Amino acid sequence: MSLRVIVVDDEPDRAVLVREALEAEGFTVVGVFPTGAGLMTKVPELQADVIIVDIDSPDRDTLEDMRRVTFEQRRPVVMFAQDGKPETIRAAVEAGVAAYVVDGLKAERVKPVVDVAVARFAQFQGLRTELHKAKSSLAERKLVEKAKGILMQRRQCSEEEAYKLMRKMAMDQKARLVDIANRIIEAADLLG
Amino acid sequence: MSLEKTRLRLGIVPLIDAAPLVAAKERGFFAMQGLEVEISREASWANIRDKVALGVLDGAHMLATMPLSASLGLGAIREKMVAAMGLNTGGNAITLSNALWERMAEADPAAMTRRPVTARALKTVIEEDRRQGRPPMTFAVVYPVSPHMLELRYWMASAGIDTERDLRLVVVPPPQMVAQLSAGNIDGYCVGEPWNSLAVSLGLGRVAITSRELWAGRVEKVFGVTESWARTHPQTHKAVLKALIQAACWCDENRGELAEILAQPAYVNAPAEVVRASLLGRFRYEFGGPEEDIPDFLLFHRHGANFPWRSQALWFLRQMARWRQLPPGVDMGRTMEEAYRPDLYRMAALELGLAVPTTDSKTEGTHAGLWTLTQASAPLEMGPDLFFDGSVFDPAAASQTSLPPGEEAAGA
Repeated sequence: MSLRVIVVDDEPDRAVLVREALEAEGFTVVGVFPTGAGLMTKVPELQADVIIVDIDSPDRDTLEDMRRVTFEQRRPVVMFAQDGKPETIRAAVEAGVAAYVVDGLKAERVKPVVDVAVARFAQFQGLRTELHKAKSSLAERKLVEKAKGILMQRRQCSEEEAYKLMRKMAMDQKARLVDIANRIIEAADLLG
Repeated sequence: MSLEKTRLRLGIVPLIDAAPLVAAKERGFFAMQGLEVEISREASWANIRDKVALGVLDGAHMLATMPLSASLGLGAIREKMVAAMGLNTGGNAITLSNALWERMAEADPAAMTRRPVTARALKTVIEEDRRQGRPPMTFAVVYPVSPHMLELRYWMASAGIDTERDLRLVVVPPPQMVAQLSAGNIDGYCVGEPWNSLAVSLGLGRVAITSRELWAGRVEKVFGVTESWARTHPQTHKAVLKALIQAACWCDENRGELAEILAQPAYVNAPAEVVRASLLGRFRYEFGGPEEDIPDFLLFHRHGANFPWRSQALWFLRQMARWRQLPPGVDMGRTMEEAYRPDLYRMAALELGLAVPTTDSKTEGTHAGLWTLTQASAPLEMGPDLFFDGSVFDPAAASQTSLPPGEEAAGA
């Protein structure tokens, strides 16, 4: 029987990514919820085997308790509490995933679910960093271009000479090119 | 001696009693010790435990029970953790919904007018519900193995309530408590401030008893690290402890300024007025009721608040055993000695020129007012340590009686 999974994530785009990846691997995603959706009742109702939780969700502490209050039903315990494998848990924590598994399920049956979730979380994190980098480098390039324009106009020099001048300043002052560009722009603003 | 590490990441859960860590960063006590500290705000106690265990965090603001439960691996990866200092004593309270309070007042008016309020009336209400075939009530705490869980159960059990059979106990993150009470999903809870005062100020609930009345002078949060981190970073650990002890002194003396810092969104993110009132010990038990002055409601340093009393660790362990939270055969004495480290506290505090207790344990529950601890490097002013039910906890006697696995501690 395919494992039944609940995903708790306040990041809707990421939740979709995780859901699709899990379903592609043949797992049944029985629910996707934001934080505070009442897992105490949802987990037994939906007969979940594995709960994948965004590590920044306060719902983790609620899940920590379920093994006690649902003792007559299904008792989720934090991932691999029994045969603790720190490297697996570390990979999950670094990707921002916490996983709870119904007591008694064998670790090797659950590991593929967790691996898929960790991979998707990591991919999402990667996408976000890339996007952030792309955005900031675009912004930085624009600043460098603007500073170059200012130098070319003030010093009556070529684009290449302006660029060389900025690079030299950056090296001399042990600063980044974009910081030099910022200073030039600020100075030009001051001088009008 | 040089520090093994100067850049540290320390975790907090956004609560008022994270104050010593926040103040140490914001007021420069870490910097004075040559430490560059990043405070990492964590959403759950489970995160604190896992990240400290895995070394993602160097150390953290922890529930006083966490070094014990993590060392025993209760429901999680097992990692030995140590607490070399307490961050505060007190600060919790039990809040009940207005509807429940009214039923209790009707069922047993005498029990509800005398402080400390007992759970006697609650027992009557629970029995009435059972006769009528109503479902059991639900009460919330912040974490399964926590001082809050032990306080709530101790309070109820001393009125003869069976906390396993007579009610449902659930875990709700502190910032969600008031909303859950308001929605009628829970009938009461035990939580740290400001989440009791907030329910009172919104007219949603009434405070039955504070931790000051329940058991005065009990450690609430500690600074915890893994045992292996403590072993490999002795100088860094001592430097952190020194910064935190100084910060805790500062917190006791500068509560108004502390309220401003803590109320910010980066920390507790609650109304500054409510944070200030709970820090100043101006406490209201009910909406529109008088503001009562409880100066030692929450202490950061005074009355030996930073000393990791092993007697208190042992009390926690005995209560955990009482509620079957411990696996059979746990060596409580050893667990307590490995997890609570007064020796490390003394080294840090003595370098600051502070008086320190020379004993690791004390008899709990025998002082109604201020007293002087003479088993100390210099006489140390201590505060009240009474239990609300008048019981006395003698750690020497307690450690001699072994608990058969799974059996209730008699009287506790």
